[in-house]
Amino acid sequence: MAMMQDKLADSRAPAVSPLYDPRIRGLFYQIVTVLALVGIVFVIVTNTADNLRRANISSGFGFLQGRAGFDLGQSLIEYSSDHTYLRALEVGFINTLLVAVVGIALATAVGLVIGIGRLSSNWLIARLCTVYVELFRNIPPLLVIFFWYVTVINILPQVRASIALPLDIFINNRGVYFPKPIFGEGFDFVAIAFVVGIVLSIMHARWVSARQMATGKRAPVLPVVLALIVGLPLVVYFIQGMPLTFDVPTAGKFNLTGGSNIGPEFVSLLLALSLYTAAFIAEIVRAGIRGVPKGQSEAANALGVRPGLAMRLIVIPQALRIIIPPLTSQYLNLIKNSSLAVAIGYADLVAVGGTILNQTGHSIEIVAIWMVFYVTVSLLTSLFMNWFNAKMALVER
Amino acid sequence: MAMVTPFMRTDMLEPEQAPRQESGVIGWLRHNLFGSIFDSVLTILALLFLIALLPPIFEWLFVNATWRGADRSVCATVAQGGTQPDGWSGACWAYVGDYFQQFMYGTYPMDQRWRPSLVAALFVILLAPLLIPKVPHKGWNALALFVVFPIIAAILLLGGVFGLPFVETAMWGGLMVTLIISFVGIAVSLPFGILLALGRRSKMPVIKMLCVAFIELIRGVPLITVLFMASVMLPLFLPAGWTIDKLLRALVGVSIFASAYMAEVIRGGLQAVPKGQYEGADSLGLSYWQKMRLVVMPQAIKLVIPGIVNTFIGMFKDTSLVSIISMYDLLGIVKKSFSDPTWVSPVTSLTGLVFAGTVFWLFCFGMSRYSGFMERHLDTGHKR
Repeated sequence: MAMMQDKLADSRAPAVSPLYDPRIRGLFYQIVTVLALVGIVFVIVTNTADNLRRANISSGFGFLQGRAGFDLGQSLIEYSSDHTYLRALEVGFINTLLVAVVGIALATAVGLVIGIGRLSSNWLIARLCTVYVELFRNIPPLLVIFFWYVTVINILPQVRASIALPLDIFINNRGVYFPKPIFGEGFDFVAIAFVVGIVLSIMHARWVSARQMATGKRAPVLPVVLALIVGLPLVVYFIQGMPLTFDVPTAGKFNLTGGSNIGPEFVSLLLALSLYTAAFIAEIVRAGIRGVPKGQSEAANALGVRPGLAMRLIVIPQALRIIIPPLTSQYLNLIKNSSLAVAIGYADLVAVGGTILNQTGHSIEIVAIWMVFYVTVSLLTSLFMNWFNAKMALVER
Repeated sequence: MAMVTPFMRTDMLEPEQAPRQESGVIGWLRHNLFGSIFDSVLTILALLFLIALLPPIFEWLFVNATWRGADRSVCATVAQGGTQPDGWSGACWAYVGDYFQQFMYGTYPMDQRWRPSLVAALFVILLAPLLIPKVPHKGWNALALFVVFPIIAAILLLGGVFGLPFVETAMWGGLMVTLIISFVGIAVSLPFGILLALGRRSKMPVIKMLCVAFIELIRGVPLITVLFMASVMLPLFLPAGWTIDKLLRALVGVSIFASAYMAEVIRGGLQAVPKGQYEGADSLGLSYWQKMRLVVMPQAIKLVIPGIVNTFIGMFKDTSLVSIISMYDLLGIVKKSFSDPTWVSPVTSLTGLVFAGTVFWLFCFGMSRYSGFMERHLDTGHKR
């Protein structure tokens, strides 16, 4: 009896040997892991410091202030070989962002068209889109980049025989030449007017939909928006005395002088990245639209909503919920694949970093810069898309 | 009251023919190509596009192509120092034919090329039964393919023992290297991916944090930076005097990268296994590893086989990136051959790329078809 009471009183966890206590075991495993990791890191750091000392390479980011001494094919900011390594990396950073942003826009547009095309009731269009998807997503993107690069170089004419397009645009195997805008004094006001126009348009659109909700009357949107976004900057432009001139490319004997130039590297990289990613986006779009139950579009039909409107107001908003998460990872893939630029010499972050790495031997610092950049961009893109996804997600009661 | 004789038909009438507008070729055309004005416009545009695109491509690939020849003269126009008429352009298959052996084996010694061929044959013999769902003994088969085969393959390819001459990895190349890298990638990434996925779902905070950090870091950066890291930083990490083979560095890079992606695929499978399965295993008194090995993993892996194949397709395509760190995989060796003065001409590079693209496409398309087949095969209709 006393023993039983003793047992009842002892309501703590049953006494087991500490050897079998999961918490103690877990703690032990974690300590062992941390110790092993610290040991490995210590060995690596010692070896690396040793190797660097022998190769006479100082560590740290001080080398970034040195003179670069190499030229870059394309740069949106001022750069010459006399600038520092840091400046060269900035150029690469901007070039990566440029190709990523333009590529994402182009890939989304093409992917959307192809994805909807695959669902078309038109047999020929559906087949063509299927062939496109199966062709592009089964070939390595690097190969596609080389393919476009070689095609651009071989098929487009030499400088002497440039294809002249209207508006002083020339195309040849050194890229696309187009007039370079020179912003005079007072052009800032035009840019400000443009931004103001956009803000006012958004406010107007909100007011219109609020009024429609309240009264059922719909005020005009498109003319007002056009007037605000196009008209307002134009008026400011003329008031300021037209502060915009163009530096037009002119054909010389061996080269085109003046104007701006987009190199064949950028064109082929952009084409390859966006067409490759578009194949994946098309599949995502198709899966998204097919994921919306058929009853939804039938109900819309029954209510007398026109097919185009039904697609825009009923099917697409629901499909977006399915589309956005995988679309985010495709965007991230495109950003990461833009590093393939190094293969054809487009001056992106990896290409510039690779050159610096070869010149200075500061491999650890360069790899660290790359990793920080790409991880940050990935995180920011995921954060934005998660926010967008949360905004779009089904609000359940 | 008059008798009413009800009429009752005694024989069935043949069904009426569907209107000609709705059936047969015309009906099909009306429904599928010319349903509306917009549809008709689209169809005509698509037809025009095909007519503009297909004949020139066909002509370039086959009609104008040169199939035989010993050097660049057959693939260059007179103005370029060749024998073809001016304005000619066509595929130079003669060059692919001349280089075919290199595209497959790299610069592996001529008289030893039976060794990679034998390895390839062995690989196919071991892989085929693993891919066919009906063949039994999958466990032993996988063991043979992923444990025994790599050892035999390494001995055969490297040599240096059993009287086989030693062939250094710098001489390996072509499709052989592409396949080796992707095979090692998948063979290493499967176990490591499983461990990382388990670590990420572990209740031990330190282990979980380490796994999450590793997976997200590697998945956040492009493969090319991981490869650069493996090729320039790995030698720095080793004690002085140690060298590490260039192929091995690429293998390390690809394996690290693939493991992180595989971990996420497998985590998806682990999450899809119902909680009752974990609890059931716990209540039977199974240890953690018994639970995972006997109850959870078999279900999780089965759920994500299509995902694993898709990861593998991605990895197969990504192996082409090793050409950037100057390794001669299929794409690397094709690119290297562009600068060969014997064959250099405006059409050789394009022909080489078309060839490499076709090889990659055949492999990837085959795998994606297989993935689709497995998805249908494994779909037993019990999905919730």
